Amino acid sequence: MNSKWNWDAVWDFMPFFWDGLILTLQALAWGTVLAFSLGLVWAIALRGPRWIAWPVIGVTEFIRNTPLLIQLFFLFYVVPEWGPTLSALVAGSIGLGLHYSTYTMEVYRAGIDGVPVGQWEAARALSMSTPHTWKAVILPQAFRRTVPALGNYVIAMLKETPLISTIGLVEMLGAARAYGVQTFNFMEPITVVGVAFIVIAYPASLLIRVLERRLATY
Amino acid sequence: MNTPNESNQPSDTGSPADSAGTGRPSAAEALGGGAPGKSRAEGRELIKFQDVTKRFGENTVLDDLCFSVDTGKHVTLIGPSGSGKTTILRLLMTLIKPDEGTITVDGEYLTHEEKNGKLVPAGDAHNRAVRKKIGMVFQQFNLFPNMKVLRNVTEAPVHVLGMDKDEAAERARGLIELVGLTEHLDKYPTQLSGGQQQRVAIARALAMRPQVLLLDEVTSALDPELVAGVLDVLRDIAHSTDITMVCVTHEMSFARDISDRVLMFDQGKIIESGSPDKIFNDPDNDRTREFLSSVH
Repeated sequence: MNSKWNWDAVWDFMPFFWDGLILTLQALAWGTVLAFSLGLVWAIALRGPRWIAWPVIGVTEFIRNTPLLIQLFFLFYVVPEWGPTLSALVAGSIGLGLHYSTYTMEVYRAGIDGVPVGQWEAARALSMSTPHTWKAVILPQAFRRTVPALGNYVIAMLKETPLISTIGLVEMLGAARAYGVQTFNFMEPITVVGVAFIVIAYPASLLIRVLERRLATY
Repeated sequence: MNTPNESNQPSDTGSPADSAGTGRPSAAEALGGGAPGKSRAEGRELIKFQDVTKRFGENTVLDDLCFSVDTGKHVTLIGPSGSGKTTILRLLMTLIKPDEGTITVDGEYLTHEEKNGKLVPAGDAHNRAVRKKIGMVFQQFNLFPNMKVLRNVTEAPVHVLGMDKDEAAERARGLIELVGLTEHLDKYPTQLSGGQQQRVAIARALAMRPQVLLLDEVTSALDPELVAGVLDVLRDIAHSTDITMVCVTHEMSFARDISDRVLMFDQGKIIESGSPDKIFNDPDNDRTREFLSSVH
């Protein structure tokens, strides 16, 4: 094994790195879409009648309190026994999105609860329907409060993507490990991947701050 | 003690507000077609509370209440805090439901509907339909902070009444002019003072062409110097339209000025009712006298 930094190994690793990066970003993108949309559905359902809210509380508590790794294994190895076979990317994205939807749900819930009750009453006094009240009055005000926390969960999800390598998705860290195993050069590929996480995550957190300021129009 | 019945009261419509000198449209002009004009026949029972009881836990807030308000009349509810005044407005807005008794607005049951000759709790669609006849202005304004002034006023007419966007905007401009805020059309509510926000809230309620306007302590949250502007707008509406008003206020001079009838509440009951002259100058009930001396 080499103990000196080897630039050749870095360049050699690059094609695998790019392939891994694309898979990481794909899993993150789909996971984010799912986490953001499903979390919102959970949060709105919590405001519904008990027969909707209570099952939602049960399911989300279950998902949040079991490890993401178990959920990934379940989706990849167990689901195909009685349902469709999912590719590692699909199972990984669903696992990530489903798991994090239980966190985004709490963010949305806090945002929705933060909208004063007078807003609901005013919408009611104007005879607005419940769906229109959500769409025009409540959610626009709630979203503004949720942006920073939601953004943080995207970054958290990004850092969890290496877990998907356990079900065979060769994302960034999976590519680094595979490269290391083949060439006995671990230091360079793992360092490159570590730097890549910072290069993606830090500008993302800056972007969230910009977005937060942009949304503060009123 | 007078019986709490509106129907035998003399009509006191007052003189139309003089808005010509201000260059602003009168309330009747701004409300335009479809709004209750002065020509509508008065005297019809528009709001009727029949044996209404409302409890919050052990606390009975309204106790077997009966009263009615005729079309075009302006009724003010006075009384100490916790006497049930605001509860009446919230019942009319269907924000809460009565535990016993019924409420009708323009002959239609509120929070109940008739099915096969029986009264059953009403669904949301029924309540929304009846509620369209009622507008409310809240103590805390409750404007939508995510919408500019103009959209605050047009949102419900467009999405609830199905009004054409341009028509709604034109009417909204008229109403915003009525409340003297034309130069603030493009601002967000947080950029306005409390008094300005409350005037937008009045325009927003009027944009729905309500038959009844409920006013819930609309000046209580305002700095003293902003109160007059809001009350002037309401006086104009009271004097130049025949919108029925039910008003909870601690502004006794305003109550005296616009009311046809004043109802004095205490512990969930109407203990005295009568013309403003009678109630403010020569009340029969000791409790009324005591209350009035405490707020003057």
